[in-house]
Amino acid sequence: MNTIINFLFAAVKNGAPLLLGTTGEIITEKSGSLNLGVEGIMALGAFAGYYAGYKTGSLIMAILAAFLVGALAGLIFAFLTVTLQANQNVTGLTLTIFGSGVALFFGEILIKQRPKLSAALNALLSGTEIPLLSKIPVIGRILFSQNILVYLAIIIAVLAGIYLKYTRLGLKVRAVGENPAAADASGIKVALTRYVNAMLGGGICGIGGAYLALINGRGDWDNNSVSGQGWISVALVIFARWSPFGALLGSLVFGAFYVFQIRVNDIVATFPFLGFLSKIPNAFYSMLPFVITALVLVISSVQKKKVGVQPSSCGINYYREDR
Amino acid sequence: MPDNLNGGGISAQFRAKEPPFRVVKRAELPLEKLILFYVISVLVAVVIGGLFIALNGVNPFLYFKEVFSGCFRSGVAFRGLVRIIVPLLMVSLGVILAFKMRYWNIGAEGQLIMGAVFATWASRAFPGLPTPIMLIVMAVAGIIGGGIWGLITAFFKCRFNTNETLFTLMLNYVAFYIVDYLRNGPWQADPGFPGIGRLAANSRLPQIFRLDISWIVAIVLVFFIYIYLKYTKQGYEIAVVGDSISTARYAGMNVNRIMQRTMFLSAGICGLAGMLKVSGVVSNYTLDTGIASGVGFTAISVAWLAKLNPFGVFVVSFLFGVLEKGCSVAESTFHLSAAITQILQGLILFTILGSDFFIRYKLQLTRGGRKLNEHNN
Repeated sequence: MNTIINFLFAAVKNGAPLLLGTTGEIITEKSGSLNLGVEGIMALGAFAGYYAGYKTGSLIMAILAAFLVGALAGLIFAFLTVTLQANQNVTGLTLTIFGSGVALFFGEILIKQRPKLSAALNALLSGTEIPLLSKIPVIGRILFSQNILVYLAIIIAVLAGIYLKYTRLGLKVRAVGENPAAADASGIKVALTRYVNAMLGGGICGIGGAYLALINGRGDWDNNSVSGQGWISVALVIFARWSPFGALLGSLVFGAFYVFQIRVNDIVATFPFLGFLSKIPNAFYSMLPFVITALVLVISSVQKKKVGVQPSSCGINYYREDR
Repeated sequence: MPDNLNGGGISAQFRAKEPPFRVVKRAELPLEKLILFYVISVLVAVVIGGLFIALNGVNPFLYFKEVFSGCFRSGVAFRGLVRIIVPLLMVSLGVILAFKMRYWNIGAEGQLIMGAVFATWASRAFPGLPTPIMLIVMAVAGIIGGGIWGLITAFFKCRFNTNETLFTLMLNYVAFYIVDYLRNGPWQADPGFPGIGRLAANSRLPQIFRLDISWIVAIVLVFFIYIYLKYTKQGYEIAVVGDSISTARYAGMNVNRIMQRTMFLSAGICGLAGMLKVSGVVSNYTLDTGIASGVGFTAISVAWLAKLNPFGVFVVSFLFGVLEKGCSVAESTFHLSAAITQILQGLILFTILGSDFFIRYKLQLTRGGRKLNEHNN
């Protein structure tokens, strides 16, 4: 039992940064922008978040810095693709190259100082039990004894889900993502919507990066804290079928895949009948999220689904006079 | 119509709200102006990058001088440069084919890896072959390996309209972990240490001017792609499909076949690049997870910067190669992280992506804007 609880606890903990990255990208894509720069934005957020936390000792400043840097990256994306009509794929990839470069550049300077987060901040990040709720058996340990950023990630995802699905603003966002010309004709400000949501989404991705740097580094700075998780987040958007609620489940699943390969021996020791699992090479567990995502993509296209697929205008720029 | 006829007041009110500029589509710019635009954009990026370097306490002029001399000061340096350029150039040429068709192949990374995997398999499967035959077998295997990796996505795109951008992206990682599996499993050279042994001597590229012959393949390919796109029926078909799929259908073209064939070719070239990499000095004749190391992504930017022109691709990959090689040399001289490469590449891309707008459109003063202008004067 303990093995399972510890496993799920770790799955939630490792899924949370993916949840942030995915939620950010969902908001961006719902407004019609396919930003492939998540990897770079998360790298920037990781650096900004860690640096602000290191210098100020304040978690709020760390989150704020990561959000602002991510939003700035979103602004660059929106300016190039919305105002200057640049190709979204290329702009996003450029953001990945540029963002990773900037983060690495400053990270290499920072690492020479051998930075450590303050003891107070580290204690704050190590975990917070929510009163009462954490006493619930099983669930209390898995969900309510996590670090504070996990709660933040879940809250952001739920709010984003409500925003996109149940608010008037969210309806406008979806209209812009599905059919910008019609949205424009009905008086919705297409450009403004895309700007705001690219920045909001970028900011949330930035916090996801800060999570990786603050939590996974255990107080030390690591130049490679993001290393591909931004791309996994892009994959997770598909798996979550463009819904932040789906992302809650999806990030748990992807987090579980990640933890599984590290803990497979624990699990097999507890459940000997699962012995075959430890014979499967680790590479397959790492590959699985991407294989499943590809399958989700293919299957939903075979079924010609209209819900849970990429917004119709995602990745396509809108130029008013081309109507 | 004179303004005062239907109430000058209203018209004036509207005009007051009119923005001072209006965006107008431009006729195609002549080539020399286009090049001028690009040169200015690159200069802007270099100036911003230079300021950034200066802020870090290094003289940017000395820095850029070091970047260039770091590439050209010796035979060793220049050969290092060529080894960086060749894979980038080849993969960029590969993605051009797909992009011309507006097929967003961002899976070049995975296609390169699969080319290298298939080539390595061929080398291991037929150990006794003499070098020239072996290399041809490996090249064919590489093209097939990469090609299949791209063809899968085109197949589903044609049948079910599966999103190719996301599908090709996913397959990158599947390919990556296939190598990870091979180096820890069936192809592991030393137990306990992840890694595939070096290819046998008969699977290594011969050398000319102390460089392996992959650069010759790359240069031939520049001309091949140029001719293929410009002067062959298949190249014409790609252009039509890229322009409008409906037009292609009305003209009686088999769009599905064109799409799948082109994607196989595009991915096959990336696979060939992988084969050349794995059998060259650059990889130390080994297949490892770092075999692609981001080339597939950078190539997309290169192809786009070059406006999908094969000769443009040559120029841009040369420039990017100089940045990469030069910045790594300058790192040891000035103790400035080689991550500057990515920052500079990013800046150049940003400015050129931005300048594209001013190539396609021009800003015209509107009546309101003109008035504003007169007023200011």
